Amino acid sequence: MTKVIDFQTDPSKYRHWKIEYNGPIAWLSMDVDEKGGLFDGYELKLNSYDLGVDIELADVVQRMRFEHPEVKVVVMRSAKDKVFCAGANIRMLGGAAHAHKVNFCKFTNETRNTFEAAQADSGQNYICAVKGACAGGGYELALACNHIMLTDDSTSSVALPEVPLLAVLPGTGGLTRVTDKRKVRRDLADVFCSIEEGVKGKRAVQWRLVDEVFPNSSFDEKVAERAQVMAAESGKADVAEGIELTALSRSFAEDGVSYSTVEVALVREESRATITIKGPDADAPADMDAFTANGAENWMLRCARELDDAILHLRNNEKELGLIEFQTQGDPEAVLAHEALLLGNRDHWLANEVLEYWKRVLKRIDMTSRSLVAIVEHGSCFAGPLAELLWAVDRSYMMLEEFDGDNRALATVTLSTGNFGTYPMGNDLTRLQTRFLGTPEQVEKLKSSIGEALEADDAEELGLITYAYDDIDWEDEVRLFMEERASFSPDAMTGMEANLRFAGPETMETRIFGRLTAWQNWIFQRPNAVGEEGALQRYGTGVRGKYNMERV
Amino acid sequence: MLDLINVSYDTQIPNNVGLSEDKKVLKALEKWHPGYINWWNDLIPQNFQESMVYLRTAVSVDPKGWAKFDYVKMPEYRWGVLLAPAVEDRKIPMGEHLGEKAWQEVPGEYRNMLKRLIVIQGDTEPGSVEQQRFLGLTAPSLYDMRNLFQVNVEEGRHLWAMVYLLQKYFGRDGREEANDLLVRSSGSEDAPRMLGAFNEETPDWLSFFMFTYFTDRDGKMQLESLAQSGFDPLSRTCRFMLTEEAHHMFVGETGVGRTIQATIEAMNANGITDPYDINKIRDLGVIDLPTIQKKLNLHYTLSLDLFGQEVSTNAANAFNSGIKGRYMEQRIDDDHKLNDATYPVTSIKDGKILTEDVPALTAINMRLRDDYVRDAAGGVGRWNKLIAKSGVEFELKLPHEGFHRQIGVFSTVAIDPDGNILSAEDWQKRQGEWLPTKADGDFIQSLMVPCFEPGKYASWIAAPKVGIDNKPGDYEYVKLHMA
Ligand SMILES: [Fe+2]
Ligand SMILES: [Fe+2]
Repeated sequence: MTKVIDFQTDPSKYRHWKIEYNGPIAWLSMDVDEKGGLFDGYELKLNSYDLGVDIELADVVQRMRFEHPEVKVVVMRSAKDKVFCAGANIRMLGGAAHAHKVNFCKFTNETRNTFEAAQADSGQNYICAVKGACAGGGYELALACNHIMLTDDSTSSVALPEVPLLAVLPGTGGLTRVTDKRKVRRDLADVFCSIEEGVKGKRAVQWRLVDEVFPNSSFDEKVAERAQVMAAESGKADVAEGIELTALSRSFAEDGVSYSTVEVALVREESRATITIKGPDADAPADMDAFTANGAENWMLRCARELDDAILHLRNNEKELGLIEFQTQGDPEAVLAHEALLLGNRDHWLANEVLEYWKRVLKRIDMTSRSLVAIVEHGSCFAGPLAELLWAVDRSYMMLEEFDGDNRALATVTLSTGNFGTYPMGNDLTRLQTRFLGTPEQVEKLKSSIGEALEADDAEELGLITYAYDDIDWEDEVRLFMEERASFSPDAMTGMEANLRFAGPETMETRIFGRLTAWQNWIFQRPNAVGEEGALQRYGTGVRGKYNMERV
Repeated sequence: MLDLINVSYDTQIPNNVGLSEDKKVLKALEKWHPGYINWWNDLIPQNFQESMVYLRTAVSVDPKGWAKFDYVKMPEYRWGVLLAPAVEDRKIPMGEHLGEKAWQEVPGEYRNMLKRLIVIQGDTEPGSVEQQRFLGLTAPSLYDMRNLFQVNVEEGRHLWAMVYLLQKYFGRDGREEANDLLVRSSGSEDAPRMLGAFNEETPDWLSFFMFTYFTDRDGKMQLESLAQSGFDPLSRTCRFMLTEEAHHMFVGETGVGRTIQATIEAMNANGITDPYDINKIRDLGVIDLPTIQKKLNLHYTLSLDLFGQEVSTNAANAFNSGIKGRYMEQRIDDDHKLNDATYPVTSIKDGKILTEDVPALTAINMRLRDDYVRDAAGGVGRWNKLIAKSGVEFELKLPHEGFHRQIGVFSTVAIDPDGNILSAEDWQKRQGEWLPTKADGDFIQSLMVPCFEPGKYASWIAAPKVGIDNKPGDYEYVKLHMA
């Protein structure tokens, strides 16, 4: 699997999804093209999916928010006759390298989370209308929706058959949403996850696995009714028209990727990628009308989209590069001005969408299993949303005082009000709250520095960066850090970093990713699943998996 | 000592499984029974329920003399639970448990797989009765009406057989599935039967004969492979069901044969030699051979769909775990494990039909379908002999296996009966040449007038050569209740 995976798509290229817009209601139909797999060697039968299907879905959800703000309710359903969705394609999983499986699961979970975020952030609600078999990842799609309707035809069911069938977990969000979101009783959940054929009809309602069942003959009508009611009751403000998410300007080269505001340099011999974010190239728009007119061209939106794509590209296509270095270039004041327009217009739908998108992109960075470092050089613009990078990364290094022959503006860090609640992490705390978990008063104190360009000694003193080095030490310290990092075991790094990044309380989101990382990825390594005789390898051959019965 | 050959009538449910001593299962079945009777009573038109029908009832599972014939009102038919005699020391005939003792209880690890197979099989049994519910009203003779009812009550008994297994071996889940078998119903929008062919209409008697010839033969193949099951109660149940199934196919084969007979006799009597002189032939009140071919095409292909995907994980799992075997498993000369064997499977690549060798384990469905095709060809040959003898130049053919398919590799392409791939437009334009059109259906429907006088037959069908239970030609097989 060496082909480059592209995370950019648009509706004209969709092969697996169809959408009908009907005022405040969008009908989203899953119609997976069997022959449309991202890789060779499997067919996407029975609406099963691979990363390619999910990339389109992520695009659907994203565009729904920007291009179709008039939509208040999205109804997800299947365009296939007897099946809603059979889940992740097993042959794809069986044939995939471990790293691909992990990235696939991570991305699908990030996408499922965007369903819930759409409701929480924008009041765009997802409901799921299940007809036919809805199994494994298919049920996880349903679980990501906030309301599940199931037809009561005495055949259609919801199921998480992974344990009995494949010896892996419905762990990519499935188990967690069953207990934490649907609040299914644990013993019933235990039964549910042990039976291949799942649960149908009224029992599925009794067990809280779905919200409603209806006879087949009235099902479509009831779904339409429910969608109408939810749209009518929605608190989402009416917006007549969205903005178009135009294609990114992007070019690939052997040693990097160039976007309009983001530059990715690949330093393969040092197993490192450098992402340089360029600050705004124009003044902030005067008001939200101007901002809306500029649409996807606005720096705030363009930069978020490009950064998002760059991260996904590195995650999936550059797996050998274990260290990602973040740099910025530009005028911190300009970054703050662009952010300020949006912060000051939180009740404008588009301002809200762009800020919420930044929240998601930053979470994506939190969730990236590479060593992350911020290098704060002179001439950089770590301010507002870009300052968040400093606390998303594992360590940060900042230039202290003037450097010989360097006439760029002195390195500074500038906080904005945005750093105090606009971009929470998966644990629902801000990055600053998470950083100063033991000294919450520090967060309060930092508020008095909002808007102040903090030079390295102050930033170090305030705990906003790891190290400040002057001209004499800088080069060596940074080099030593990078060399040391490159020498550690990548597995130990991934584990250590993930443990350290998410201090503080658990949320459903942190539990989903934590359990995915810990349990599913452990099982994905174990011979009982992926060994020559493991269930995942043997799936489809008719021969059962052979298990080592020792409990570990 | 339990009598396992003769049917015991000491409970409401005739059986040879010692039901009177198995209080728990007896109670469960008695609880299910009223729902079943309601289902039956709501289904078959009332005047037939009150009629006396000359039916055979199983009285033993001894292959010789297992049934006796008598007049009975259908709702009083002794539906029972009958298992073929146990084979002493039976071993599992295939898969990874090959040679181990057959299971008398459900192995926990295969419970769900077994339950699913039994539910799917069970779902077909009442399905066909539902499809055929109104045919009695247009029966071409009392003989045929009796055959219809015989098939119906036996399908009802097959439902009982599957329900018994569910109730006895699958606990509360099994009981729920048993109840759901009475909830789903053929063609229902709310809860259709599980398999496509059992939701299609059986609009006329020629369809009924084609159905019993082709679709019941799928049933036969499924039962044959379940009869190989390492789960012994399922094996024994299916073995006994097969004796009844044979009669259903007999009804189909002779029914189609007699339809052909009436047609060629009428053609010869009127000097028509061209089988395509359709209007003239139809004017004689018989069904022209090309239309019979179209009906054959339809029912044959719907039946092929019942074999599922050519390459199937479920089928592979079922075989390997010793749950479901192949047709005539014991007579196949191989290792019965298929770990390394391959089997040729048709597929479509770049617009061409070709065969590829795939692991034989995954091609179990394909193999069963191939066996079915051979089995189904036999009767077609006999029908052609009838035609040949009459001097009419016409030959019925089984269409290419890719023709008119909804399931499997051929479902995405249009293929004509000779196996040529067509464009979607051509298919739209030409399908009426190969499948019954509305006009064909209307014509056949116009012939479907009841003929209830003993010994008399509707114009479009010839009398049978011999009567049921060797009864004379004018025997009153059904004493109609005229309200
Ligand atoms: Fe049957
Ligand atoms: Fe039958």
